[in-house]
Amino acid sequence: MVPLQSIALLFVAAGGLAVVLARDIVRQAILFSLYGFALVVLFLVFQAPDVALSALVVSGIAYPLVLVAAIARVRERQRREQE
Amino acid sequence: MSREARLALFGVSAVGFAALLAWGVAELPPFGHYAGPYGDLIAKLAPQQRHMANTVTAVVFDYRGFDTMGEELLLFAAASSVALLLRERREHEVEDVVEPVRSEASAAVGALAAVVTLVVALDVVAHGFITPGGGFQGGVVLAAAVMSLFLAVDYGRYARIGKSTHTEPIEAFGAGAYVALGLVSFAFGLAFLENFMELGVFGRLSSGGSAILVNWSSALAVAGGFLVIFGEYLQENMAERHGRRKLP
Repeated sequence: MVPLQSIALLFVAAGGLAVVLARDIVRQAILFSLYGFALVVLFLVFQAPDVALSALVVSGIAYPLVLVAAIARVRERQRREQE
Repeated sequence: MSREARLALFGVSAVGFAALLAWGVAELPPFGHYAGPYGDLIAKLAPQQRHMANTVTAVVFDYRGFDTMGEELLLFAAASSVALLLRERREHEVEDVVEPVRSEASAAVGALAAVVTLVVALDVVAHGFITPGGGFQGGVVLAAAVMSLFLAVDYGRYARIGKSTHTEPIEAFGAGAYVALGLVSFAFGLAFLENFMELGVFGRLSSGGSAILVNWSSALAVAGGFLVIFGEYLQENMAERHGRRKLP
């Protein structure tokens, strides 16, 4: 179990770093979704399946979706203002 | 502020934060050594007292059901305020928007995924007192099943199922039923949200007493709440994208 846990921790650390380092906001939202998935694996190998289930949907789908929706809206507005 | 000044400020705070973090981690109990008595007691008592195998859900919907009601109403307040802030436009302005996903393959797989997700959601809620899961998690998965219709199939299809005249009553009913179940306990002369039904046989779907009803009502409230929030964002977006409103 310990090697599995270490690998999961490494993935979470790498994922968090990737989210912070990404400059493009859409890329950041997608990376966040991957980071969320790494967290799900982490919760699973640390034997917290309840938390893993909620994290799977919230950080994997719901939160990135709201983010992307907000970004799309701002971009649409910018595009129209340019026209 | 110049770049050097910002870097210097960051350096000082980073060192301070690292020191605090190291101090905190050093004082942590060793990994895997749980110190408190409460968790161990609950793990022993819940199967006997409540006939529930999953003690996490037993705590959430039975022993500390009152606390969970607070969380529930918090989500309700969040969804209501999002609706209040974003609803400058009514739903019918975007109801005829059709925005299908271009690939037929992904639409087919997406529709299948929505059905599978729905079944998983019902399974997660129903087995809340036996295996990991329960109303909160299952409710979120339930909302995700509807959202995946938008993601992989078509906005129009999604909007017909996830429109606010469907999602709002579901959310309101779930939150209301949670509180009402607490009041029913009063009617039986018990404490607020105290279990008032037959507890059933340990390990069966039907075991858990009235906490089962609490579990399902929270599943409805959570699924409805998430869909209300998501639907508002999406309507806003679609109206903008299809030019249904002049820009301020």
